[in-house]
Amino acid sequence: MTRAPDLPALFDRADGLYRDYKLGAVRAWKARTGGLAIGYMPIYIPCELLHAQGVLPVGLMGARDDLEIIKGDAYYQSYICHIPRSTIELGLNGNIDCLDGLIFPAICDVIRNLSGIWQTLFPDKLVRYLDVPQNFSPDIGGRFYRHELETLCAEMAGRGARPYDPEALSASIALYNRLRRLVRDLYALRQEAPWKVPTSELYIMLRATLVLPVEEAIDLLEEYHACVEAADDRQPLDQARVLLTGSFCEQPPIGLIRTLERSGCYIVDDDFVQVHRWIKSDIPVEGDPLNNLVQAFLSDAIASSTRYIDQGVKGAELLDRVRISGAEGVLFCAPSFCDPALLDQPMMVRAVETTKTPWTAFKYSENTGQFQVIREQAGTFADSIKLWSEA
Amino acid sequence: MSKDQSQVRQKDMIARHFDRLAAAPDTGDKTAYTFVPGNLTELLLSFDLLPVLPEINSLQSAMRGKTAEYIALAEKFGHSEDVCTYVKSDIGMMKSGNIGPTGQRLPDPDVLLLSYTGCFTFLKWFELLREEYHCPVAMLHVPYQPDGRVTPSMRDYVVKQLRDEVIPTLERVSGRAYDEDRLKAHLALAAQAEDDLVWVLQSAKHRPSPIDAYFGAVYYVGPIFSAFRGTQAAVEYYRALRSEIDERIREGKGPVTPDGEMGQERFRVVVEGPPNWTSFRQFWKMFSDEGAVAVASTYTKVGGMYDLGFRHDPSRPLETLAEYCLGCYTNLGLPTRINLLAQYIKEYEADGFLINSVKSCNSFSAGQLHIMREVERISGRPGGFIESDLVDPRYFSAANIKNRLESYFQMLEQKRMGGAA
Repeated sequence: MTRAPDLPALFDRADGLYRDYKLGAVRAWKARTGGLAIGYMPIYIPCELLHAQGVLPVGLMGARDDLEIIKGDAYYQSYICHIPRSTIELGLNGNIDCLDGLIFPAICDVIRNLSGIWQTLFPDKLVRYLDVPQNFSPDIGGRFYRHELETLCAEMAGRGARPYDPEALSASIALYNRLRRLVRDLYALRQEAPWKVPTSELYIMLRATLVLPVEEAIDLLEEYHACVEAADDRQPLDQARVLLTGSFCEQPPIGLIRTLERSGCYIVDDDFVQVHRWIKSDIPVEGDPLNNLVQAFLSDAIASSTRYIDQGVKGAELLDRVRISGAEGVLFCAPSFCDPALLDQPMMVRAVETTKTPWTAFKYSENTGQFQVIREQAGTFADSIKLWSEA
Repeated sequence: MSKDQSQVRQKDMIARHFDRLAAAPDTGDKTAYTFVPGNLTELLLSFDLLPVLPEINSLQSAMRGKTAEYIALAEKFGHSEDVCTYVKSDIGMMKSGNIGPTGQRLPDPDVLLLSYTGCFTFLKWFELLREEYHCPVAMLHVPYQPDGRVTPSMRDYVVKQLRDEVIPTLERVSGRAYDEDRLKAHLALAAQAEDDLVWVLQSAKHRPSPIDAYFGAVYYVGPIFSAFRGTQAAVEYYRALRSEIDERIREGKGPVTPDGEMGQERFRVVVEGPPNWTSFRQFWKMFSDEGAVAVASTYTKVGGMYDLGFRHDPSRPLETLAEYCLGCYTNLGLPTRINLLAQYIKEYEADGFLINSVKSCNSFSAGQLHIMREVERISGRPGGFIESDLVDPRYFSAANIKNRLESYFQMLEQKRMGGAA
């Protein structure tokens, strides 16, 4: 048996990046390049656009259970989800002051309104609410979205970024295509051999990519892929294959992901860190690159709960994912008070039930610290699949 | 308590509308379910489509004490306890036979006009209803105004959706061709009613205020926020209402409350956030018992910011509808909302402002604690914060709310006495 020698070191590096609230890697990049670093909230922004103008896109996904929320709680009532609290905490305590701006994509009313709070708290920073179309016709929603992106380009240039350059954008799209392919390959490998790619490990790798330049993110994931492919000491266990859905914005604590795995589940598909998977296939690099970005958003994006499903059937994509991933059950795992996930859930459950796929549901917050109940629930669910499933 | 002529008129308008809705399966009238913010009532009327407003049905259900059962039913069907109770009340009502506020059955929609203005939940709500009713959806995505201004790109986006997608869908559903002259005629009537509504709302600048611009005004905005904007009936209603308020001003009277004429006006407050509907009268009484009058409110602007000067303009029919949708209160960025509240406090000479933060509505509620601090900073007036819900009676804690309000009004009194000393 051989164990890839550098996997622990690689994981430690990624884990360090994931745990670093002060964004040391971003600070180092800024010191090295003098460029702008602009953060973005979940779920998706076209990072290519920032990269093409020499800006480092930095993905923020809230905090974990080890950040004490003091100031952030003073901004939100108890019935609002946790991610805006931790984001405000990180902003007010100076942890993310290296960011020259923050982009708030249209996810829900909470993140939208957080953009307004940010405008008044940090008036000197670039604060952009990135409205994305819910109309997917190129002449209507496409035109509007293109204008939104052009405005963003101009704002970044106004703050010292390189001006928009189509050639640079084409090159950036090519780089991000590579990153997306790598992530797709890792997801495919996990589906094929989930014991080789534990989700709790893959997740940390993906989180680490959010604070790295795309070139370094590619290196990290390539190295990780090589490591896990070679890790033949990882042997299959008799676990239930599950698809986890609903965790696209506020992220679960890593302890929850580990708990699910320890309770007998192989997570073979999930909604974590969707920015690299939002666009499902390669974006063309020929032709007008801005138009290519727009077109990809309109016609090749995932059926997220934040997106209006105009054509097609609600839940159809979830069923496809269940089929493709070979999932034996679905975990509806949404953050408390998450409107997009929880309002969608009855429709998704109904879709899943049409195929008699077992499912269970629970909620979390990013700072949830007790997992015993979830462990028992997920363990029972996994046992029931193994013992009673028709398959 | 005797009703004013305007109230009688409104009640009659609503009764006739619901009679038409109830008879629709027999008469062949077609219906469109749609939302208050960003409603396109004039456009629907130009196609002879009858509007049904699920939000209004939910609040009416709450006032009739039906929502506890409706919400419980929706939760039984898998809807989360965390999400909007308007949605759950509507779904519970539908599962219980879709009996509307007048006790008559509401017809199924022929089309869902999903005007996605200022509230993400609207989008999910009609996705849920689409699964129940299997009818066409006309989707209108209205961009948000983060910077407090409507850009040409935003307006063009909405107009193009109206022209290329919403109108063709309504043509298909109604079987009628788009008639721009008819739309213009409705828009002209809308503007007339809007003039009088603004006059009524701004009458609260008088001392004493002849109206309560929160509790009382939810009745005043009823016709213009629902099925009647752009109709002759609405024009006549607002003319009558204006005349009644004018008389109250001449007589030096304060607002009418559920218990009759209000006594001395002790406190003038601006209110942010929707009311609680399950205990509406009790909530109002907590104010009126203290001599507190709402002189301006933001809830009465969710269906349009007419007091800032917007009027439907018949000469630019689609552009004016787009600008209307873009300008609704909850579609405005937080800095704009903060400045608006501060402006109301100044213009209406308010002693302070109160925020009723409702659990159900993140569009309103997320950020209200920040709004409170900023408005206090800008206006120099104290803010109060209470929490309840739209239509879930489990979240109306009367003793807690009364306690907070009494403390708040005592604080205003002490500040006033301190100021006088």
